Amino acid sequence: MTSLDQLREGDKATLISVEGQPTLRRRLMEMGLLPGTPLQLIRRLDLGGVLELEVRRSRLSLRHAEATHLHVVAIA
Amino acid sequence: MQSSTTSTTPTIVIAGNPNTGKSTVFNQLTGGRARIGNYPGITVERSIGKILLPGGRLASVQDSPGTYSLAARSSEELLALEAIAGIEPLPRPDLVVVTVDASQLSRNLYLVLQIIEMRVPVIVALNMTDTLEKSGQQIDVGILGRELGVPVVPMMARSGRGLGDLVGAIMRVLQEPALALPGWRWKPDSGALHDDMQAVAATIPESWHQNCDDRRQALALWALLSIDTEHHLAGVPDTMRQGAASCRLAAESAGRDPDREIIEGRYQWIDSCVSRCLREDPRRLSATDRVDRVLLHPALGLVLFVVMMTIVFQALFTGADPLIGLIESGVSWIGGKVGMAMGPGLLTDFLVNGVIDGVGAFVVFLPQILMLFLFIGLMEDSGYMARVAVLMDRVMKSMGLHGRAFVPMLSGYACAVPAIMATRTMERRRDRLLTMMALPLMTCSARLPVYGLLIAAMVPPWQEAGFVQGLLMSFMYLFGTAMALIVTWVLSKTMLRGSYIPLVIEMPPYRLPHWPSVWRMVLRRVSDFMKTAGTIILIGSIIIWALLSFPRDPQLEAPFDQQQQAIEQQLSQSVSPTDQAALTEQLARVEAERAGAMTRHSYAGRLGHAIEPLIEPLGFDWKIGVGIISAFAAREVFVSTMGVVFGIGEDVNEESRDLRSKMWSDRWPDGRQVFTPLVCLSLMVFFALACQCMSTLAVVRRETGGWAWPAFMFAYMTVLAWGASFLVFQTGRLLGYS
Repeated sequence: MTSLDQLREGDKATLISVEGQPTLRRRLMEMGLLPGTPLQLIRRLDLGGVLELEVRRSRLSLRHAEATHLHVVAIA
Repeated sequence: MQSSTTSTTPTIVIAGNPNTGKSTVFNQLTGGRARIGNYPGITVERSIGKILLPGGRLASVQDSPGTYSLAARSSEELLALEAIAGIEPLPRPDLVVVTVDASQLSRNLYLVLQIIEMRVPVIVALNMTDTLEKSGQQIDVGILGRELGVPVVPMMARSGRGLGDLVGAIMRVLQEPALALPGWRWKPDSGALHDDMQAVAATIPESWHQNCDDRRQALALWALLSIDTEHHLAGVPDTMRQGAASCRLAAESAGRDPDREIIEGRYQWIDSCVSRCLREDPRRLSATDRVDRVLLHPALGLVLFVVMMTIVFQALFTGADPLIGLIESGVSWIGGKVGMAMGPGLLTDFLVNGVIDGVGAFVVFLPQILMLFLFIGLMEDSGYMARVAVLMDRVMKSMGLHGRAFVPMLSGYACAVPAIMATRTMERRRDRLLTMMALPLMTCSARLPVYGLLIAAMVPPWQEAGFVQGLLMSFMYLFGTAMALIVTWVLSKTMLRGSYIPLVIEMPPYRLPHWPSVWRMVLRRVSDFMKTAGTIILIGSIIIWALLSFPRDPQLEAPFDQQQQAIEQQLSQSVSPTDQAALTEQLARVEAERAGAMTRHSYAGRLGHAIEPLIEPLGFDWKIGVGIISAFAAREVFVSTMGVVFGIGEDVNEESRDLRSKMWSDRWPDGRQVFTPLVCLSLMVFFALACQCMSTLAVVRRETGGWAWPAFMFAYMTVLAWGASFLVFQTGRLLGYS
């Protein structure tokens, strides 16, 4: 298990748990990032400190700092 | 009173996730004719328009803040709930049209479910079906409509396709609301969460649930998701707050997680619904992905970003110049014609120098406003603005700013007025305020003539400004930027300490900008500026004109009149062209001297004298005081005021040798030089920091909806400017400079 910000571009993974303060957690889950959800890291924007994901057929961007609260298991 | 079903004009609210074409649908429905107002008690803008339905029925159409969820963490997010569900004082809508991005179906349906729960009739405008097809997906609209239990209208709002179907659906639902009121799609029917919901439902006041059990339970779920110990949502009744908080606490101590239970419940329903109505081909790389490979490329993307921002900045900074010049010469041409037609006199002076120049003072902003909003419109509409926010997020966040503050801050180097208007690209009021408060510290182009004059005045008029002076100009840019960033940082830690908002956004797909809607937005901003800020600028210009023109004193003017008459007499007699030229020049000189004497005698002159004790510690005399007061009309006016005060006339610029020598030889009554290099530096620092611009204040008043923020801005900037100039001048003196 690792945190989402550790993934490389193109990696696929399954979300295991969502941590962090309640506001962040709720927002992430409301955007469809629920435990058990498969996702793919599309792009790392290291300059802006942002990641782009594909989850539930749609795209989401979140900060590295926020991505550390999402724990995932990579799918080979 | 909260139900508008009794009134004859039904209310339709447009809701939806951000970037789903909400405003396009709104504009299409209302024909682009909308009134912009604020929500009661809070300055969040909302548009209200009207639609004439076939059959002659009139309905009111309102937009609502774009949101991913009704759950609220701030009073602004609470607004979305109040507008959509209809909570006092907002009326309960007769219909909510939810715009849904077809290519982001699951996430959009999350909001649709919440709105259906609130027991308001819902129509889904399934927008952007074109991008969906391009990405190889297909939605069975029939199945989606049956699953949701509400009318679903596929649309391409930008081209107007599907609009007729939407209007038809609106007609049907207004006649028979039951078509769009399916009741709960997912509901906790039993177990602990159901008990929680019932417990909180009992605490919901009647003004919220309006005697509807479904709505009461829906609001209970809303409260469970929205209320916690960290956030104080003003406007939520205390009983509700306590009910939800204690329920959450009990659940958490029992090891449960109500947030996850509610959200997961809804998404399970959504996932099964989507699996039934969405068919997708093996995934193809979409056009957006291909473009993003370039525009978000670590190196190439950055280069293109810099290029694009340079174009925007250059367009504002120099590209607008010809238009501005045209407006300025147009205004002075009209002024000249009016002056000629009416002959000299007080009324002429008032019309030409008060009213016409006052109108010119705000019309002159139009080219830059037009250009900036054209660029912003294109960047927003094409989807690039969301990328700018993301690219700049780390840098801007380190200063407490939103990523979207980048474009307004950059525009501040050209002019604070359009830049402040551009802060609207940010959704949160706190982000807008923070950017607005620091923006006027950026070195705008109106400061350049002032800096130019003062830098030149540091050396004797017979010398040229050298290398050091060039450096000084660059230093002033750095100084302004650094101060803006420091102020932002301080405000973000104190007065404007926003609650932490995670950046979880979607990158909207790239689209070709839709020119009609971009153009409509630009025109709306321009006319808005003319109507509100323009009036204040005009009034301000007239006040400053009056300060500089009154009181009139015939005795003071008499000697000048005599001199002029004498010259005019000679002029009528002499025939040689060289004589005539010399006499005309003499006449102009007398006129300039008269203007100088009158200004020194005017209220502004007296005010300059009156504030001299206040500005003397900065090294400024009363003449500089007059300059500072008149510069309130616009900073560059300082230069022409100096021309007038020194009796050279107002047609001077920062390179005028005449003005430089007058300034160089200007002395205090005790014989000390006034414009020493140290005083010039102190004055530059003052101009860098002081809020010497009524147009900026007028626009801040427009954008914040009151005088409190402009007053704060004026106060903090003046104090900052005074303090910094004091420090510069007094330190310089201690170090032995004069």
